[in-house]
Amino acid sequence: MKHDELDAALDSFGDALASATRVTPGNALRPEDIAVDGIAPGEDVAQYALTLGDDALILAQRVANWISRAPELEEDVALGNIALDVLGHARSFLTYAGLAWDKTEDDLAYWREEEEFTSLWIVEQPNGHFGVTIVRQLIVSIFQHLLYQKLATSQDETLAAIAAKAVKEVDYHRDHAIQWTIRLGQGTKESAEKMRHALEILWPYVDEMFRDEAVHQNLESIAVLPSTLREAWQEEISAVLAEAGLEIPATGQAMAYGRRGEHSEHLGYLLAEMQVLARKHPGASW
Amino acid sequence: MPQNKHRARSPNMSQQNNWPLWEVFVRSSRGLSHVHAGSLHAPDAQMAVRNARDLYTRRNEGVSLWVVKSTDIISSDPDEKDSFFESPQGKDYRHATYYKASEGVKHL
Repeated sequence: MKHDELDAALDSFGDALASATRVTPGNALRPEDIAVDGIAPGEDVAQYALTLGDDALILAQRVANWISRAPELEEDVALGNIALDVLGHARSFLTYAGLAWDKTEDDLAYWREEEEFTSLWIVEQPNGHFGVTIVRQLIVSIFQHLLYQKLATSQDETLAAIAAKAVKEVDYHRDHAIQWTIRLGQGTKESAEKMRHALEILWPYVDEMFRDEAVHQNLESIAVLPSTLREAWQEEISAVLAEAGLEIPATGQAMAYGRRGEHSEHLGYLLAEMQVLARKHPGASW
Repeated sequence: MPQNKHRARSPNMSQQNNWPLWEVFVRSSRGLSHVHAGSLHAPDAQMAVRNARDLYTRRNEGVSLWVVKSTDIISSDPDEKDSFFESPQGKDYRHATYYKASEGVKHL
């Protein structure tokens, strides 16, 4: 280490202010940067970015509901971090999609109706007990991790950049969900039973994640075809569930078509809560 | 283990919390030591490292984390502060500045 490097390291040593203002290099793609660069995507790419943004936005809203309600303070912070990470992904995807229609991320988040949201049913499912939230996170994080890994090589540079940043964060969300799944599955009789219950509630929304839709057409080497992720996902989640002593439940699959704007009864309530403030005070900022 | 002397710290901070308490040490940069950053609750060691990551490295503070069960830390007894820490008083000869460099000694 050179002297000036050492000095810089020592300057921040034990100094909370120094660390709070330090920025990670190479980790700096923010929604604001996307808006400033202003390279608008084509209609097809924008529609695709919207689906990814909607998944992230609705999941973030759900997970954020745990804040102040998690079983322990430490878990509260963990879930809060995860919600904020995912919200960050939503902001980037929605900002990028909005450039095609001259709309901001807020326009898209707060001023669309339920049938205009293209998110998957799995992300709008209620938090339930802690086990339900963990299983939902397990299912979605493994999916998003595989998806963003591939999307990071997309020919659309903005999508690739958003995915490259998101993949590291989702990797941690995945790990967090895996750790809890194993502990709860192997934990007490009650925790294992609750995990089985959670898997039964959520498994019906698995098939929808991997269904190729119209939005994925005409985007070869830009979009990731969901069906191509199924095998790796199945392998990974099966291994986790096996370690946790849990099984894939034998449930049917829901007729879920969130990508087409058809949603379960839960999304309307979620949106009402998420959008009420922005709609009551249009243009307000704080 | 002798009572009062070299007492392990009690994890009994919260009656409702069944998770043990862990002490967190963060290394802020390569080449530096791990420094005590605070404590947290976690069900086991692996989760303690993850919780530490969330609680103590959010703003890029660290490159390495240690967690130690609080009950595994043996601390000095505050009541013995005098005999433990004040005995060096008046023993100036323990400091290098006590000594004068002799005339003619180079490279000091």
